[in-house]
Amino acid sequence: MLFDSYQTQGFHDEMFDAQGVPRPEARLLVETIQSLEEGQLLRSQRAAERLLLQMGITFNVYGDSAGAERIFPFDLIPRIVRADEWEWIERGLKQRIHALNAFIYDIYHDKKILKDGIIPEEVIRSAAFYRPQCEGIHPPLGVWCHITGTDLVRHSDGQIYVLEDNLRVPSGVSYVLENRDLMKRTFPSVFEGLRVRPVAEYPDKLLEMLEAIAPPGCPDTPTVVLLTPGIYNSAYFEHSYLARQMGIPLVEGRDLSVQDRTVYMQTTKGLRRVDVVYRRIDDDFMDPEAFRPDSLLGVPGLLDAYRAGNVALANAPGNGVADDKVVYAYVPKIIRYYLGEDPILQNVPTYLCWKDTERKHVLENLDKLVVKAANEAGGYGMLVGPHSTAVQREQFAQKIEANPRNYIAQPTLALSTVPTLIEDHMEGRHVDLRPYILFGKDIHVMAGGLTRVALRKGSLVVNSSQGGGSKDTWVLSDSGKAVAS
Amino acid sequence: MNRAKRPLLSRVADSVYWMARYIERAENVARFIGVNLHLQLDLPLAPAHQWQPLIDTSGDTEVFKEKRGEATEESVIQFLAFDDENPNSIYSCLRFARENARSVRETISSEMWEQINSMYLQIQLQRATPQHDALPEVLRNIRLSCHMFQGITEATMQHDEAWHFLRLGRLMERADKTSRILDVKYFILLPSPENVGTPYDDLHWAAVLKSVSGFEVYRKQRGRISPIDIVEFLVTDREFPRAIRHCMEVAGESLRAITGTPAGQLKYPSEQLMDVLRGELENVRMSAVIRTGLHEYLDGLQTKMNAIGESLNQDFFVLRPEKKLEGVQSQAQVQRSEEARA
Repeated sequence: MLFDSYQTQGFHDEMFDAQGVPRPEARLLVETIQSLEEGQLLRSQRAAERLLLQMGITFNVYGDSAGAERIFPFDLIPRIVRADEWEWIERGLKQRIHALNAFIYDIYHDKKILKDGIIPEEVIRSAAFYRPQCEGIHPPLGVWCHITGTDLVRHSDGQIYVLEDNLRVPSGVSYVLENRDLMKRTFPSVFEGLRVRPVAEYPDKLLEMLEAIAPPGCPDTPTVVLLTPGIYNSAYFEHSYLARQMGIPLVEGRDLSVQDRTVYMQTTKGLRRVDVVYRRIDDDFMDPEAFRPDSLLGVPGLLDAYRAGNVALANAPGNGVADDKVVYAYVPKIIRYYLGEDPILQNVPTYLCWKDTERKHVLENLDKLVVKAANEAGGYGMLVGPHSTAVQREQFAQKIEANPRNYIAQPTLALSTVPTLIEDHMEGRHVDLRPYILFGKDIHVMAGGLTRVALRKGSLVVNSSQGGGSKDTWVLSDSGKAVAS
Repeated sequence: MNRAKRPLLSRVADSVYWMARYIERAENVARFIGVNLHLQLDLPLAPAHQWQPLIDTSGDTEVFKEKRGEATEESVIQFLAFDDENPNSIYSCLRFARENARSVRETISSEMWEQINSMYLQIQLQRATPQHDALPEVLRNIRLSCHMFQGITEATMQHDEAWHFLRLGRLMERADKTSRILDVKYFILLPSPENVGTPYDDLHWAAVLKSVSGFEVYRKQRGRISPIDIVEFLVTDREFPRAIRHCMEVAGESLRAITGTPAGQLKYPSEQLMDVLRGELENVRMSAVIRTGLHEYLDGLQTKMNAIGESLNQDFFVLRPEKKLEGVQSQAQVQRSEEARA
């Protein structure tokens, strides 16, 4: 009943094929949903929302009145990923992270890739997240991107593309873990039948990684802390959630101090040494001595202690140089340069506005393209051409002309859809997928990730700040066929 | 794997301590209002006479006068229960308790957080849709919710150092509130406590006992309503949970558990101050208190308890001195960044 009027509308739908037949891996779920009593799904949906509010699983909205917290809307219909497809995605992500890590190391040391002319030096020097303060630093194990939240999308051609790498301070993983809990309560039998791969080991893997990067010579169980900007940060729930799941102290900048290039936390029994900091504060705010001097959130001297090798930081400061959307355009070349391999996961074709010919093309096709600021995130600083007004396009044209280095453009992708409960029936809504990748001794890819969904009809913007919600992601452990239930 | 005993961050200890104080404060304000509402049904006195002491109990006489002027039933209840500009209103207390709890969610149990969160969501709702007739029920529910929070805390939180700070906060606040209510009742009702009370005075003193859930215990132990006996009971009883001496005894136990100081020794200034006060409460004679004046005595008690509070702050909570002021500001400083996503 719920699916009776469901239309894939020419998009690639993750659950139904173009003829409206459930894909094999989704059949059991579709049957289960069809067999529910009328209204049951909606009741479960409401119950889930109440639970989220009661448990305080909320995010703060900037610019809203003080203390405004909202739940991140959650939709009960999961996205299903076949085992063989996931295996391929996982290989692609590992390849990409290896290459990006080698690239960041190179940028802060020999800069071979610049000397060899693969990337113009000017691109790096003008990258907003390039940090000269990090030149020559040797992070433990040589790892710069400990936690990555790569954004993947599927276009109407059925192909998966990497949209963004998100190397700096990716958030959202707590929703993956909480969503799974909610889903297990709602669809226990489907979980048994489908053999969905678990995500619950993530906090263990994260702690394992953080302990692995502890500086040499610290105790067997190093002191690991999670550094948060505080309760008014939009992702504060996640910070406290992860600290709780890992059993480590959640600290604010004012809890830490640096003496003799060593980091300490202020406890009721005096100062205690800290070995590893999982920092959820941006580079800029991390250390007023090294970066923005007006930061009140950071710890003076933290970068110096890190440079001295007395504390490990995850993620490594300076790794955002690879988050620049102009650098993104070079990732296929980066993979070939450092690994000598062809990229497994494709980039979205990207026009660089600082190149005269490409800028011309962009300006002539603003109504068809998506324009993005090279250094913005969260859906800010973005123009979705086909959904824009002439005035907005004119504003962007001026911005691009004024600062071409800061803009890139991409074709408007027809993101794939997943059925989503709208009132009492299903409608397709566009989704992306953000898996979380951990890099310590080796690389671990979470089975699944955060499926973000643009809840507004027709919208392609999935960010929570722009009316997005989330879904659970089910990676199957079999070869994609539903196990007989 | 068994990890080494985790040190407690000063900031976390501070927040846990204040979280507990605010919950206890909310409960006490709800008690005061509830008993007064009840009392009103028995008393033919002018309303103003009856509601002003409640403001005095909370210590916000000046703020109230400035904001609300005359103390009527409505203005007092609004001010004490729902006013967001009164930092000691039930609403503000629950908001602050929740804010503190939010900053230590990884230290308290999930159940404790959920209880505080739902109390806050509840009062927000009641504040938005006030219903006078439902007020006694609302106040009763707040009291019960606070009790439930205490129960959840006992049953779900590790009885570790943070728990001791929590208990310390609860008891310091409770002792303070008991002393305040005694002081105010004394001030308003009985310039000379040796006076035999009129029937109305008896009702008032019974209300004092009821506001601290002490009526039944008092009756069992001491029988007749007598102001001096009531004062003695609420100050020096060792076993009544809201008596000042009981609070200080148990607070002292938690303080020792926190410091780990061996029996017979006192290491921290806060321990020394606490020890002196416990000794005084053990040996106090009511006749002497009456001679010096009850108000003067209670005033002295409050000063000593405040000194202990300040000393706890110095011994355990104070952060790097040069960063102290920045703490407040840093909470307002937001970063727009990758964190804005999700």
